[in-house]
Amino acid sequence: MMEETTDRQAVKVRQYLSEGSEWTFELLRLYDREIGRVAAHYGLDTYPNQIEVITSEQMIDAYSSVGMPVGYHHWSFGKQFMSTQKNYKRGHMGLAYEIVINSSPCIAYLMEENTMTMQALVIAHASYGHNSFFKGNYLFRTWTDAEGILDYLVFARNFVAECEERHGEEAVEEILDSCHALMNHGVDRYKRPARLSMAKEQARQREREDYLQSQVNDLWRTVPVKEAAEQARKERRFPPEPQENLLYFIEKNAPRLEPWQRELVRIVRKIAQYFYPQRQTQVMNEGWATFWHYTLLNHLYEEGRLTDGFMMEFLQSHTNVVYQPPYYSRMYGGINPYALGFAMFRDLRRICEQPTEEDRRWFPEIAGTDWVKSLDFAMRNFKDESFIAQYLSPRLIREMKLFNVVDDDQEEQLEIAAIHDDAGYRAIRQQLADQYNLGNREPNIQVWNVDVYGDRSLTLRHAMHNRRPLGESTPEMLRHIARLWGYDVRIESVDETGRAELAGECEV
Amino acid sequence: MSQFVDRRLSGKNRSAVNRQRFLRRFKGQIRKAVTEAVSGRKVADLERGEKISIPSKDLSEPVFHHGPGGRRSIVHPGNREFVTGDRVDRPDGGSGQGGGGGSPDGEGMDEFVFELSREEFMNYFFEDLALPDLVKKQLTAVPEVKRVRAGFVSQGNPSNLHVVRSMKQAIGRRLAMAAGPREALREAEEALAELEAKGEGASPEADELREEITALRARVAAVPFLDTWDLRYANRADKPQPSSQAVMFCLMDVSGSMDEARKDIAKRFFMLLYLFLTRSYEKIDLVFIRHHTVAKEVDEEDFFASRETGGTVVSSALELMRDIIRERYPSAAWNIYAAQASDGDNWEDDSPRCRELLLQDLLPAVQYYAYVEIQAEHPQSLWHEYAYVKSVSRQFAMQRILGLEDIYPVFRELFRKKAA
Repeated sequence: MMEETTDRQAVKVRQYLSEGSEWTFELLRLYDREIGRVAAHYGLDTYPNQIEVITSEQMIDAYSSVGMPVGYHHWSFGKQFMSTQKNYKRGHMGLAYEIVINSSPCIAYLMEENTMTMQALVIAHASYGHNSFFKGNYLFRTWTDAEGILDYLVFARNFVAECEERHGEEAVEEILDSCHALMNHGVDRYKRPARLSMAKEQARQREREDYLQSQVNDLWRTVPVKEAAEQARKERRFPPEPQENLLYFIEKNAPRLEPWQRELVRIVRKIAQYFYPQRQTQVMNEGWATFWHYTLLNHLYEEGRLTDGFMMEFLQSHTNVVYQPPYYSRMYGGINPYALGFAMFRDLRRICEQPTEEDRRWFPEIAGTDWVKSLDFAMRNFKDESFIAQYLSPRLIREMKLFNVVDDDQEEQLEIAAIHDDAGYRAIRQQLADQYNLGNREPNIQVWNVDVYGDRSLTLRHAMHNRRPLGESTPEMLRHIARLWGYDVRIESVDETGRAELAGECEV
Repeated sequence: MSQFVDRRLSGKNRSAVNRQRFLRRFKGQIRKAVTEAVSGRKVADLERGEKISIPSKDLSEPVFHHGPGGRRSIVHPGNREFVTGDRVDRPDGGSGQGGGGGSPDGEGMDEFVFELSREEFMNYFFEDLALPDLVKKQLTAVPEVKRVRAGFVSQGNPSNLHVVRSMKQAIGRRLAMAAGPREALREAEEALAELEAKGEGASPEADELREEITALRARVAAVPFLDTWDLRYANRADKPQPSSQAVMFCLMDVSGSMDEARKDIAKRFFMLLYLFLTRSYEKIDLVFIRHHTVAKEVDEEDFFASRETGGTVVSSALELMRDIIRERYPSAAWNIYAAQASDGDNWEDDSPRCRELLLQDLLPAVQYYAYVEIQAEHPQSLWHEYAYVKSVSRQFAMQRILGLEDIYPVFRELFRKKAA
């Protein structure tokens, strides 16, 4: 530690990297080298970086395809594109100044209109912050294959295009629409996926088509069976265990899908799975990236490499990003994941470096330890839900003045269930963690039964959480499922006592 | 080490296909919006893009989500007055989520708004009109241009090579390049002649001069006769074509029987003629004449908005048109087009008068006269008289119109003429 301080003092003689706000490719390389040096100093482990300079129009393009550098064609991307373009043109929306996707190399986009400061901010944020998160966090390590994704996207686009040629754009669009509707219910939450690779996918695709079709046919075979045996089989449900991954179930079992349609279902499912970790780690991922752009650039400033002007501009945009409007503000739209994540990582560092007595009581295992190691551990082993449950400190709850409101339709009024006081810390921490549990945010819907020997109808079950019913989109959703399944579909809501009630039905 | 890639020059329209998919999918809604836009526009104001809005619910992408009801527990930041156990009323709107709601851009969340380009807009406009593809193409295309001479340039294709210019250029260059050596040559020759005159023709100096002269002659000879620098090509530039002026008369019956639907068809009929004309003329004047028993020149707004009752005397409009032509649009200087829309009603005795006016005064002056009878019950006297006019005049076209797709045939003749 001593060495470092003297080191820093030695370069107090200021040597700025640059002074103006204009950027050049040489400057970008210089800044990247410097930021990379400091990142390595803090032990950030990243995929190789590929930083692409693009125009704002290209940014809108990238934006509307969820950052995927290659995507198949679908009207919904066009819709996204048109609304982004409109908002941008009318100046209602600054473009997100960074988009980064977890691939190896990790691709980040810089907009040419940005100043040098903003480019440096984005490089630190995306190419070192997000990048190290993608490489380190267990969800991304388990669920996504950064090396295979680009190839898989190319495969998907070509396959979709081929299908459009063979079966018509409309037929393909219908299937994709239905699959997109089910995207959130097309992920495995527990099972680990196989690695993707284009070569393997293509080689196996034909084989799979034939095989699957024969399997499906087998399932529906109606060989005469003995009475008693039949009775036993009738009582057995299919699938024997409820299935949470609707798209997977449909891909493998829908009786009337053509092989190419099954492959489309599979593509949407795979992509949904790829984005699933992103949805589970919003607070952590953005918090981590924000924490690191803040730390890295401040480090460079202390070394005397950045001008005051640079820091002013940087801090202004940083402050905008992490601003959390209070609940009564007109700008309030829920908790800002950047703000919460950034505050939590900073707070974590503080607990390591200057723990109070309270911190020692709440976080005995990390108070006073090496902050770089503790943060690294936190980044690697948690998702939003568990991260908040583990690390949200009483002090931060007080700072953010968090409070918990319960809205029960059986009560006349809202109830303030907990606030930022001794009695409330644990409740608030638990509530906030639950709020980031995707399982609570989205209805829990599973495949319950298929009437294999009857009309082949599919029954889904919605396990109600806190008595919350399904929304008004349910009939439309059932039509989408029926389109894929090919026979009648119904859904039942199961309340906390285990009583099932029909919540919707769609006949083909 | 990071790798930097400059992608600014690689394609920017990656989303173009997706945009087309979007437009195709919501064709129905977009067409409806275009129809509304057309009725709100002026006749001459067709060729620009349009902001289209579609109800968001029509293009939602549904997912399973929770409906209202049940028990929900939410954490909010920024507490200032609450303590545990407080009970508060639900905020207005019943969202039960504290703040929230409301889009900040002031545009309702239930409308999806986007821009159609001029070309896309026109395509939707043409759709109902059942235009042949060739015609559509002609109309959508940018106005034709004529290539005119525009001086000379140093780069071009061989077929445009301008020989005389190139040779002139070569002469100049040869002169300039050879000037120095020639001067030196002349001096050397004079010096040599002087030496020879002195009888020192065999001296080493004279030999030196002779060598120099040989070298200089070689240099002069080495100047190329024609070099790539000399080549000049005839240049041609695009000039919008043709550039004459036209006036378009819009005549419409505004008697009580012309209802909104008929007027809408009439408006499209005028718009289409206007579009045709914009392809051929740089400047187009519009004259709106409405009539019932008397005719009146009005501005566009009144033309489509007003509605009168009473009988119909078509000849009053024709007379007014004749007078306006005499006063303001001498047919030598103007190309005159006329479009007349009516529901076929006319005062019985007036129809022969109309025929006369057309044959004697109007048709000799105009390029083209198009008449449409919109949703008429059955042909009346005016139709019969006009049918006679048509049989004797090539500038006259007429059509009975039930729906939008019947409009185009009126102009068929006009187009055949143009194509020829």
